[in-house]
Amino acid sequence: MKNGKEAFTLPGVLADVPTHYCPGCQHGVAQRLVAECLDELALAEKAICIGSIGCSVFIYNYLLVDCVEAPHGRAPAVATGVKRARPDTAVFTYQGDGDLASIGMAETMHCANRGERVTIIFVNNTVYGMTGGQMAPTTMVGQRTTTCPGGRCADNEGQPIKMTEIIASLGGTAYAARVAVDSVKHVRAAKKAVRRAFEAPLNNLGLGFVEILATCPTNWKMTPVQANERIAAELIPYFPLGTFKDMAGVDSNEETEVAE
Amino acid sequence: MSTPGERVLIKGNEAICRGAVDAGCQCFFGYPITPQNDIPEYMSKVMPNLGRVFVQAESEVAAANMLLGAAACGIRAMTSSSSPGISLKQEAISYMGGTELPAVIVNISRGGPGLGDIGPSQGDYYQAVKGGGHGDYRQFVLAPGTVQEAYDLIGKAFDLAFAYRNPVMLLGDAIIGQMMEPVTLGSNKETESNSPDLGWNLTGKGQRDPRLLKSLHLTDGALAGHNLRLRDKYASMEKDVLFENFLVDDAELIVVAFGSIGRIAKSTIRKMRASGKKVGLHRPITLFPFPSRELDRLAASGKRFLTIEHNLGQMVEDVRLAIRKHADSDFYGHLPGNLPTPEDFEQPILAALGVRS
Ligand SMILES: Cc1ncc(C[n+]2csc(CCOP(=O)(O)OP(=O)(O)O)c2C)c(N)n1
Ligand code: SF4
Repeated sequence: MKNGKEAFTLPGVLADVPTHYCPGCQHGVAQRLVAECLDELALAEKAICIGSIGCSVFIYNYLLVDCVEAPHGRAPAVATGVKRARPDTAVFTYQGDGDLASIGMAETMHCANRGERVTIIFVNNTVYGMTGGQMAPTTMVGQRTTTCPGGRCADNEGQPIKMTEIIASLGGTAYAARVAVDSVKHVRAAKKAVRRAFEAPLNNLGLGFVEILATCPTNWKMTPVQANERIAAELIPYFPLGTFKDMAGVDSNEETEVAE
Repeated sequence: MSTPGERVLIKGNEAICRGAVDAGCQCFFGYPITPQNDIPEYMSKVMPNLGRVFVQAESEVAAANMLLGAAACGIRAMTSSSSPGISLKQEAISYMGGTELPAVIVNISRGGPGLGDIGPSQGDYYQAVKGGGHGDYRQFVLAPGTVQEAYDLIGKAFDLAFAYRNPVMLLGDAIIGQMMEPVTLGSNKETESNSPDLGWNLTGKGQRDPRLLKSLHLTDGALAGHNLRLRDKYASMEKDVLFENFLVDDAELIVVAFGSIGRIAKSTIRKMRASGKKVGLHRPITLFPFPSRELDRLAASGKRFLTIEHNLGQMVEDVRLAIRKHADSDFYGHLPGNLPTPEDFEQPILAALGVRS
């Protein structure tokens, strides 16, 4: 509460416009966390956002910072070019799982390995949202999508990829955490992780990476409430929450790692 | 950085690097492929010493997208590759076309299709000139015929990229890239395009309104409007068309050839002139915009044409389009895999002149 009356205020960096996300979609929550962190770290003036492909592509309509749109999966390469060209800016990408873990796997891993001083916000909803619910690299085994109608089969399509673990293993990564936004407690922890993911490159430590487990009620064919419950019931057991790397040496586990 | 008037004996690939450095290129993003490896190798040595950026990307795809990012910042930036690598860069080139970003891409092309060979070829003409990436876009294509021109045109490439906010491709081949010639350096200059705020580029918004650079246009009619505006921009590039005419005025037959083939054909023509053959050369230097108006003018004055290329016939289509109201063009294609000599072009020229050997 800012003035004793308001229960809810808009971060200055968030445009006061309705978003295009479906009801119950947690892209909205993830995007708001990014906006709050940009505000709190006073980064709006020097931030450059790299928009990606997927339902998140319109992030640039909602965040009042300089933005450029990247081809599918290439946001980490575009971010590299931006940050190298203008080292004085705070550069971040906002990407979905199809974008980051499928077509953009190489760009993501090499960007992290080079230790680019950029932040990657990775929204994992285990499905290709924008194109109508096809299988993603993070789709759960057994999960039905339009391109694995019988459910993802590990023998045929492999196991869901755990990106945060991979990114944490790379030398240039300064901070890597996985969070969820299914409960108030998790949202609070997520906010701290997003903040740290921005701070790591700003403090010249390396790449900051945060994976946010989020819902896609539309393509999961669930109500928003059911979709939210699925995060705790199915996703978190396979994609464990927590800080996987923090070069700042801060013991952030108590903040981001939440016992289930 | 070169001192004005400095005279050096260098390879085409090095001339391109020195030209880019002199023109104020701040960022270079590359990936190895023959026959352009001298370019990333040179840049990796020189750029960091000047406090500038060199990144060896994980792929051509990444290098071209790094270029996109630097270009969005309004910084003079460049990438280089050869044919298969340029195919990978086309995704980003199309995006830069759609987003109207100034960027310089060097193609030291080799033989194809596919892995082809690493020798000289002009098989990438269509890809360079017609837009090898998706969608309705165009890019400036500059084709140097000498090592000096390679130096000069890379400077021009940066100026054009920023003047039109558009990708510019320098199209060379293994002959231009690997050949050594004396070059006068120092004429390429950095302009204000590396200044912090050009009115459209990303700098971090500071106190101004945020800027958005994108190629997605979903609302009704938005893309049509954008494409029409691009069409007008591409048409306006005509005023920067470049070509060389050599002994065309009294010529009966004009050979049309570009790049290193144009340069070799010039030697042939010089030799044939000595034996009284009325042959001239028209060498397009910008392949887009194509010197159609000039070719039309030459055709209107009754000339005949022979197009010579180091491929199966690509530019000849543009020549025919340009001269169609008055004339047609014969074609001679020298196949990739070996280096043509001036003598190789004598028989085709005699045949086009109707002379029996
Ligand atoms: C090169 C290329 N391939 C495919 C597409 C089509 N495409 C658009 S969005 C998308 C999937 C995005 O899914 P994800 O990254 O999971 O984001 P979400 O929509 O779920 O937020 C795909 C495949 C494209 N735009 N470009
Ligand atoms: S399709 Fe899924 S990810 Fe996209 S906006 Fe709707 S709920 Fe969100």
